[in-house]
Amino acid sequence: DDRLLSEPLNHPDFFNVKELFTLKDLFDARVHLGHKKGCRHRFMEPYIFGCRLDHDIIDLDQTMQHLQLALNFTAHVAYRGGIILFVSRKRQFCHLIESTARACGEYAHTRFWQGGLLTNAHVQFGPGVRLPDLLVFLSTLNNVFEPHVAIRDAAKVNIPTVGVVDTNCNPCLISYPIPGNDDSPAAMELYCKLFRMTIIRAKDKRRQSEAVEELR
Amino acid sequence: TLRLICTTTAVQRKNVGASGPEKYTEAFIKKQIEEFNLGKRHLANMMGEDPETFTQEDIDRAIAYLFPSGLFDKQARPMMKHPTEVFPEQRKIQWGEDGRPFHFLFYTGKQSYYSLMHETYEKLLNVQKHQDQLIAQDLPLQKEKRNLAGSRWLTKIELEEMLLEKVSDDDYSRFIQLLQKLAALPCADIEEKYILKFSKEVPVQLQKVVIEPLQYDERGVAFSTGEGKRKTASATAVVYDNGTGKITVNGIDILHYFPVLQDREQLLFPFQFLGRIGKHDMVCTVSGGGRSAQAGAIRLASAKALRSFVTEKEVEFMRQAGLLTVDPRVKERKKPGQEGPRRKFTWKKR
Repeated sequence: DDRLLSEPLNHPDFFNVKELFTLKDLFDARVHLGHKKGCRHRFMEPYIFGCRLDHDIIDLDQTMQHLQLALNFTAHVAYRGGIILFVSRKRQFCHLIESTARACGEYAHTRFWQGGLLTNAHVQFGPGVRLPDLLVFLSTLNNVFEPHVAIRDAAKVNIPTVGVVDTNCNPCLISYPIPGNDDSPAAMELYCKLFRMTIIRAKDKRRQSEAVEELR
Repeated sequence: TLRLICTTTAVQRKNVGASGPEKYTEAFIKKQIEEFNLGKRHLANMMGEDPETFTQEDIDRAIAYLFPSGLFDKQARPMMKHPTEVFPEQRKIQWGEDGRPFHFLFYTGKQSYYSLMHETYEKLLNVQKHQDQLIAQDLPLQKEKRNLAGSRWLTKIELEEMLLEKVSDDDYSRFIQLLQKLAALPCADIEEKYILKFSKEVPVQLQKVVIEPLQYDERGVAFSTGEGKRKTASATAVVYDNGTGKITVNGIDILHYFPVLQDREQLLFPFQFLGRIGKHDMVCTVSGGGRSAQAGAIRLASAKALRSFVTEKEVEFMRQAGLLTVDPRVKERKKPGQEGPRRKFTWKKR
């Protein structure tokens, strides 16, 4: 049992998430497109490749590295049987994200976020609730273009976060930011596909390892 | 809210009532049902009756016999009921042994409502996809019109009962708007079954008034009966055809029973309206009320009886003339602090 949990931590890329995406995939899904120069957030400047006719272009090399780290982390969390909660407040992709979460066997919250969900969980849900072990933000802003309350709440309750940050978002409190576009349907479908594949892969790996341990 | 920093442990003790009513697991309910069934059979054996045909009423009688109680409140007395009646229908605990919740939308707080919205939106997308396919193949979209009248959507309370959780007004109106949007699409026939789950038949309110056919007595003369009420008077009238215009009330001729002209005019009004004054005979019985009330009651009764002799158009004319409407005016009650129904006591300045 100890061996099951400690073995993946010895490899830098135990679940081989690098092969799930290429630079061309990201480019075709229009992940590099940011908002206009006026919307740019100060802390996103290191991640921006350049600006063309007032449109910000996100540096896809950095995105690749961040994406690999984030997917590796989600795979490890899913391998250890953690609860993953997908959060987004974009109405366009609410259905897509909920279907992705259902397909993985994980959880989603793309609706109005009630204030005490994480901080006041024992009163809202009942004693003995298990809080999520990872929050995945597919869009860090809410409908009023302010940072989602869940980022701050997760930091308060010591829950690690993975988030897709666009050029107008604040990447500060997110543990594994992924600079990239969060507005195009193509980009969102790509992210959903990647997260779904990593989680399913990690869970399958866990089941295989458990079966192997049982046989011994 | 204040944050408690320098307080005693007594204050930080867990608030037992804050988590809401205790939630029952499914296994617990199942065990209760088994125990109830076993107990029922034991009770039947004790009473010397057949365990197979032991109904709930028999159980109640047996318990009342074995445990007599003089308590006034019926619900405080010992009772033995099926667990589904005892434990209210509510959500059992939402997560399993390892703590992972069962429903994928558990962390939203309103899992059934949001999953319902998710499903309905999925149906909407399906219908739109189907529509696009039909357009691509240049086929006509709608086959036949659906019957929109005669059905209503579920009320908020019915939706709450269906979902077993509270639904706010905004949420309810959003859900209804989504359903209406789905139902308004031309290709919504595919998801008809799903939409029917949330619509209810409105019972037909107007009851068609049945006009009774003419009856024939021994002489072969057609007649029909009618009943009428006015204030406290109730009357029954039998109108005969081929008559001379003779009218009898309680065995007495109207000239003697109603000396006042106004009452006789009221009696003759239905016949005068239809132009059949000398053509019908009438025999009526009336009781209760006063002079004017009895006249009004007989008028209503005779108008109702005349419906059978007359065409539908004339019935409609009678209805519009007010001959077939029951007069709702009754004596208003006297109120305390006043001398009559409306009259107040004399006001004295000093």
